Amino acid sequence: MDTGRHIVLKLSDLTIKFGGLVAVNNFNLEIEKGELVGLIGPNGAGKTTVFNIVTGQYEPTEGRVFLHGQDITGWRPNLIAAAGIARTFQNVRLFTGLTVLDNVLVSQHLRLKSHFLSAALSLPTYSGEERRVRTTAMELLERLELVPYAKELAGNLPYGQQRRLEIARALATNPRLLLLDEPAAGMNPEETARLMKFICRIRDEFDLTIFLIEHDMKLVMGICERIRVIDYGISIAEGMPDEIKRDPRVIAAYLGEGGE
Amino acid sequence: MSLETFIQQLANGISLGSLYALIAIGYTMVYGILRLINFAHSDIFMVGAYFAFFLIAVFKLPWLVSAILAIVLTACVGMTIDRIAYRPVRNAPRISALITAVGVSFFLENLGLVTVGARPKPFQRPDLMARVIRIGPAAISGVSIWVPILSIGLVAILLYVIYRTKLGMAMRSVATDIDTTRLMGVNVDTVISYTFAIGSALAAAGGIMWACKYPQINPLMGIYPGWKAFTAAVIGGIGNITGAMIGGFVIGLIEIMAVAAFPALSGYRDGMIFGLLLVFLLVRPTGILGETLKEKV
Amino acid sequence: MRKHLYAAYTKHLNTLLTLILVGILFLTLRWADTRLDDFTLRILRTGAVYIVAAVSYNLINGITGQFSLGPNGFMALGGYTVALLMLPLPQKKFVWFLKPLIWPFNSFSFPSTGLFFSLALILGGLMGALGAFIVGIPSFRLRGDYLAIATFGFGEIIFVLANNLIPLTNGPLGMKGIPELASIYWCFGWAVIATLIVKNIANSSYGRAMKAVRDDEVAAEAMGVSVFQTKMLAFVVSGFFAGVAGGLLVPLITTISPTLFTFTMTFNLLIIIVLGGLGSITGSVITAFSFAIASELLRAVEAPMNIGPIHIPGIAGMRMVVFSALLVLLMIFYRRGIFGQFELSWDWIRSIPAKVADKEVPKKWTREDTSS
Repeated sequence: MDTGRHIVLKLSDLTIKFGGLVAVNNFNLEIEKGELVGLIGPNGAGKTTVFNIVTGQYEPTEGRVFLHGQDITGWRPNLIAAAGIARTFQNVRLFTGLTVLDNVLVSQHLRLKSHFLSAALSLPTYSGEERRVRTTAMELLERLELVPYAKELAGNLPYGQQRRLEIARALATNPRLLLLDEPAAGMNPEETARLMKFICRIRDEFDLTIFLIEHDMKLVMGICERIRVIDYGISIAEGMPDEIKRDPRVIAAYLGEGGE
Repeated sequence: MSLETFIQQLANGISLGSLYALIAIGYTMVYGILRLINFAHSDIFMVGAYFAFFLIAVFKLPWLVSAILAIVLTACVGMTIDRIAYRPVRNAPRISALITAVGVSFFLENLGLVTVGARPKPFQRPDLMARVIRIGPAAISGVSIWVPILSIGLVAILLYVIYRTKLGMAMRSVATDIDTTRLMGVNVDTVISYTFAIGSALAAAGGIMWACKYPQINPLMGIYPGWKAFTAAVIGGIGNITGAMIGGFVIGLIEIMAVAAFPALSGYRDGMIFGLLLVFLLVRPTGILGETLKEKV
Repeated sequence: MRKHLYAAYTKHLNTLLTLILVGILFLTLRWADTRLDDFTLRILRTGAVYIVAAVSYNLINGITGQFSLGPNGFMALGGYTVALLMLPLPQKKFVWFLKPLIWPFNSFSFPSTGLFFSLALILGGLMGALGAFIVGIPSFRLRGDYLAIATFGFGEIIFVLANNLIPLTNGPLGMKGIPELASIYWCFGWAVIATLIVKNIANSSYGRAMKAVRDDEVAAEAMGVSVFQTKMLAFVVSGFFAGVAGGLLVPLITTISPTLFTFTMTFNLLIIIVLGGLGSITGSVITAFSFAIASELLRAVEAPMNIGPIHIPGIAGMRMVVFSALLVLLMIFYRRGIFGQFELSWDWIRSIPAKVADKEVPKKWTREDTSS
């Protein structure tokens, strides 16, 4: 079994239909430990739908999702998060009424050991654990350079920092696989360049496998080791960035959309 | 149960059900578009009945004229409520809109209590409604016949508006995707206003017919019919107009028939319907015709 | 390490300060108990009961963001439980004169002592919690605002049962002669307990999960929060304290009937938590207490008035018109209420001198900070 090749995520024959529309059709993918894989495709190609199936927001009509060989198809999203998959959202979805620190702390709730009653009565067992998770959360914020904002409301942060916080919040669940849904959306080239370095850095520091959706070709081509292209829910190409750049099917798909 | 009482109760249940259906449509239309439970809808129903009452009793207008005028006035009240109370909280968290709706509902009820008093007032019904009609062995009051006929007529007009007119198309489009509709240049606020007007007009028609069926009106008369109609909307599949109608008839028939079959249950009549609601939420939360509303991620 | 020590130190200091405040409160109550007349004391006690109910209501509506209309139903469950347990046996025979009271309540009653009263209150609370659990299961399985209609329906079911189950509730007549056990100490004691527990929950990891669910269910679930469990937890705790509040109210006014727990009760609580700020526990405490007093004072609005030569006849129900208009206006113009989501805390009070020294005037209320 252990041949050195360790498959973190395996998607086999994923199909999902909404009414009559087939949003994702027969999608297969394997991601190895430590890989950085990109998923690209024109608007409405079904990229986010694939993410939503992986994280349990949608249940596929057919096909299975495996995490480290375990079948997690149809699990509730919170259980999938506990199993080790974390994500960010295309249109940032922070807990805007909570502070930056609290946003990160929410992600640690799933590992809470103290019983509810000990929290309600503020018993020493709970207080001790609360102090520990606060320390962990502050350390995480420090590594992501968010400490100055710790007590700000998440909704009041500048956009770029909100994106960063969303990644911090995902990391706080202690994931093995991180899904990033258009992390560079709305960023200028300079910010995107910084983000690229940041993504590579967290992959190494947190020992992650990363699967990302992105429209910014510079980012995808710059950091992904392998790229998958889908269009109308169907995989049309896969390969190294250079191969993808030259692939006629990919060019056609993008040009066909109106030369985006 | 003898055949005679069965036919009487059946007619009674159908007419009650058609009234629930009329009210339920107003709830379901607003919910379909705004995802808002318009708690004040049940009080709009009461307002409609009072308008008709005053036009008949005080202004001495002919019955039919009063009824039509009352429906128009109530539609205006519905639009005004939307404009004053709901539009400002449209982009607020959902709970704010719900609280506003509860506030408006309580406001109308208590304003009613203060202005017209808690004492029920006798409602004058036209002879047509009061006349007794014989079907086979059973003597059935005219109300039980006319109410369903008029209700179905109103619903037919509504369905025509929704599926055959430009306004109806805009309403359906707003219900599907409010943001896209706005981008296409449709004035969403106007469409919502009309939705409130139509829903309120139907509620007023329901209120007036209710007052014909149970010829006494009071400021709190809308509460129970309103909640049961909302239950009907949920049971039929919230957001779905046909579902709301089916739900209305189901609730009306169950309410009347259960009590007719087991008179000992009469005290539990209101509780029964809400019990049914809880059971329905548990076993078939999307209602008879409803589909799951997927949240966009 | 130093940080840790400092955090531990402030926590203990906060506990100490809270204890001192509670001590002062009870000294004040002692003074009030001996000096104030029964009428005033009754208003104060009602205020304390409102605190219990409002704080627990805010846990589900404000902190978890789920619109419940249920407190009247849960309070009724608690109220009837306490009434059935505490009504002395001879009085029970006197109350149920048409139909007999059913077993087991016809064969025993708790003695009118503090110990048994607290047991009855806890049982009343558990009944409220059970009610919440039963309504919660169908309501929280799906997204959307089903909780509002389900809780309203539940309140109506309780009302119908209370009116019709005569062998258990004595129907519309209700019960009279319930021992007046809810003294000022009991009422305020429970107000303190409910406030501290709900505040602990709100500040704990469970509370953060609740607020996360309020802000964004999808994101909360993706971060590993079980949305169903979290809502359920908040709702059941809320039901428990609503039950306790109902259980306190009954031996305060010594009678019970179905009309005591109508939707108006829920409406009043809704005004309280909105006015105090959805999500602010301290806000609820302050407005609940003020509301009890204000609604006594506002009775004047409904009484006939003579202003000089002008006579204004009393208008019954005017208060509710004012309150409901107030609720709508608050939602439109001042949604965050008086306190928003701000919590009055020792840490905040301690930070005042620093702020004054910095001459930094806070633009808005700061939130609970990290070391609480």
